Amino acid sequence: MAKNRLIRYILKRIGLLVLTFLVIATVCFFLIKLLPLPAIKEQGRDVALILQRREAMGYGKPIYIQYLLYWKHVFRGDLGLGEQMYVGQEVAEIILSKIPYTVSVNLYAILLAIPLGLGLGIFAALRKNKWPDHVISTLVVLFISVPSYVYAFLVQYLLCYRTGWFPLTVASRQEAALLSIPMLKSMFPAVISLAFGTIAALARFARAELADAMTGEYMLLARTKGLSRAQLVSRHALRNAMVPILPMILGEFVGILGGSLIIEGIFAIPGVGSLYTTAISVRDYNFFMALTFFYTLIGLLSSLMVDISYSLTDPRIQIGER
Amino acid sequence: MEFIPKEQFMPAGTDFVLPETARPRVKGNGAWSRFRKNKSSVAAAAVIGALLVFALLAPMLSPYDVSSRDGYYKNALPKVSALSFLGWDGCMRRSCSQAACDYYRGIGLESGDPAVKAVKSQTRDENTGRFHYELRIDTYGQVGFQYVDLPAAEYEALRAYEEETGIQVCYPLPRYYQTVFLAVPGRANLWYRLADESKFTTGEAQNHDPNGEAAYVADYLLDENGEPVYAVANQTGYRCRVLYSAYYRYQTGHDPVHPFGTNQHGQDILVCLAYGARLSFLLALGVSVINFFIGIAYGAAEGYYGGKLDLVMERFSDILAAVPFIVVATLFQLHLAKRAGPVGALLFAFVLTGWIGIASRVRTQFYRFKNAEYVLSSRTLGASDGRLIFRHILPNALGTIITGTILMIPGVIFSESMLSYLGIVNLEASRLTSIGTMLSAGRAYLGSFPHILFFPAAFIALLQISFNLFGNGLRDALNPTLGQE
Repeated sequence: MAKNRLIRYILKRIGLLVLTFLVIATVCFFLIKLLPLPAIKEQGRDVALILQRREAMGYGKPIYIQYLLYWKHVFRGDLGLGEQMYVGQEVAEIILSKIPYTVSVNLYAILLAIPLGLGLGIFAALRKNKWPDHVISTLVVLFISVPSYVYAFLVQYLLCYRTGWFPLTVASRQEAALLSIPMLKSMFPAVISLAFGTIAALARFARAELADAMTGEYMLLARTKGLSRAQLVSRHALRNAMVPILPMILGEFVGILGGSLIIEGIFAIPGVGSLYTTAISVRDYNFFMALTFFYTLIGLLSSLMVDISYSLTDPRIQIGER
Repeated sequence: MEFIPKEQFMPAGTDFVLPETARPRVKGNGAWSRFRKNKSSVAAAAVIGALLVFALLAPMLSPYDVSSRDGYYKNALPKVSALSFLGWDGCMRRSCSQAACDYYRGIGLESGDPAVKAVKSQTRDENTGRFHYELRIDTYGQVGFQYVDLPAAEYEALRAYEEETGIQVCYPLPRYYQTVFLAVPGRANLWYRLADESKFTTGEAQNHDPNGEAAYVADYLLDENGEPVYAVANQTGYRCRVLYSAYYRYQTGHDPVHPFGTNQHGQDILVCLAYGARLSFLLALGVSVINFFIGIAYGAAEGYYGGKLDLVMERFSDILAAVPFIVVATLFQLHLAKRAGPVGALLFAFVLTGWIGIASRVRTQFYRFKNAEYVLSSRTLGASDGRLIFRHILPNALGTIITGTILMIPGVIFSESMLSYLGIVNLEASRLTSIGTMLSAGRAYLGSFPHILFFPAAFIALLQISFNLFGNGLRDALNPTLGQE
């Protein structure tokens, strides 16, 4: 019965997601199509290729026809050609080739942040209102507040310029394979710049949730039953605290696809974020359109993941019910 | 009501005073005392106040302006004359060859204001026998002498100023002032030849005692009487050689001292930062005030009327909230920047989605209170919707709304700096300075002149920390039921 309801809830949420996505995509499509197209710069074969593809996409026809044609092409995996950047190359292919970089940097950052963040948060909660808690809580406020690019500048200055321990920017794909040691090393400054904020956010969240769980009445009961403090924390408090923490982490995982625009720029990571910034600065609307849809989808998916995992981890939570 | 005898309803009269116990407890009072207890929030509020004062007053008190750029004092390091003992003296370490070392020392020998503050180390290359120096060089003093071309009247005025004050501005021209070989920025500083002349003309000074002044021989352009020449006539007036710091003082009336240094265009960083901060504060203030009202109106309508209206409005705000902000900001820039200016377009982008958080807070509060007994009784007494919303329900939500609005400010400031950093918001055309623009311009100098990046980055970090601390304190003070631990 409950399982049925859960499935219905998930289906409903997915339906809503599709609907929301369609609305946003439609509005964005029209807004982007209304912008004046910049002239194609390159000469020769590429221009012919782009013009031919534009013809197929219905350029010059009314916008709603272009709109329908666009979806038709999207379902074939065709997002158009690069017109101002990666001229004449498939937008879809370029984006796909960028994702591994964005994902790996962000994945390392999260993998670094989870143990550290949770560890600090749990430690602070167990020492609540004693000095370790105060120290951690103060640091957490500092690290949450400071923008990630400030860390990036600091990290780059200290680890790359002053000491020269790490290369200034992430190695290009010609220099090193994605999963090689030199690549990992060159990614390190970017990874820790990204991780600072996540560590602090996780620590704060974990501390608040665990501290909250520790005050529950069932804790008192378990204590009177004669459980040791370690048993108490690991079997009861942590489990309950994990209910909201887990969805948050899952949401972060979906979010890593989008990457960080600024950090990717600073460390020259050839990822999705820097692709987006370049697409805007050179006014390549095929890339811009595709990445707009991509970012919208990621945002929607990550909030869907959060909500669904909430109801999976704690059957008492019924978000679907109003 | 008609069953109650009329005479029991008596007008209270204007001099009627509620007994102490019946007076409504003003929420603000308790909030203030709670807020005051939170030391870090109070400190944060003070810091925010100080940063605000800085943004407002610094441009007025500083002799510099954003548009004032000096071609010679580029990338000058932070210098505060009173704090030079802390190392805030505008000096930097530079490794120099013998020739460069001679050049810098030459400036000090002639002007009396040494450009070389200290010799950190002197090493000798065993193979070539040449010396290599690590010097501490004054980034202001290194400008030294420069050539300026002045119309006759201005030249006279400058000489008159020298007469009057006894400050020497013009110095004799070097013998080779016209030589093509010396057509480099620092050519006016080559007033000397070294005792061993042949070594100088090849551009390679030989090794000699680093402090040996005897090695320098003044090599001025002399007239027929053997007197040094201070100016030569050219097409427009005179070309003369000035000690640039003295000339700067003569022109502007103040010393070339920049507390936060200058950037690559020779702009004063402190003033740029203050202007950028003004923009950030103004934008954040505008956004939060507008969103405050939109959020209240939207949330109140949703929460108070509920039902179908609520459902439709919720869907609408859900969809809006799902649009990534970066996309909103970009689209607004691309469409509106020409008509409304980049800042206007940015304001619209913030307003489009910024109110959603506040609206949902208001909505929740309305759901909580709209069926409360006191509201029902008021409704029974015939209070209008407007009265119920604004007099009875909304004040309950005010605490969370204000907190939400205040906490929106650092977010706006951060997003603005991010967007202008990335170049999505292009402020260059409208001649505005923002913290993000400063950061992106200073990026290229991170390795060589980190101070260009340091001050804006430190400013925004401090601002974010203070606003978060302040907001947390405010939340605990205004919503005592929420964050009790």
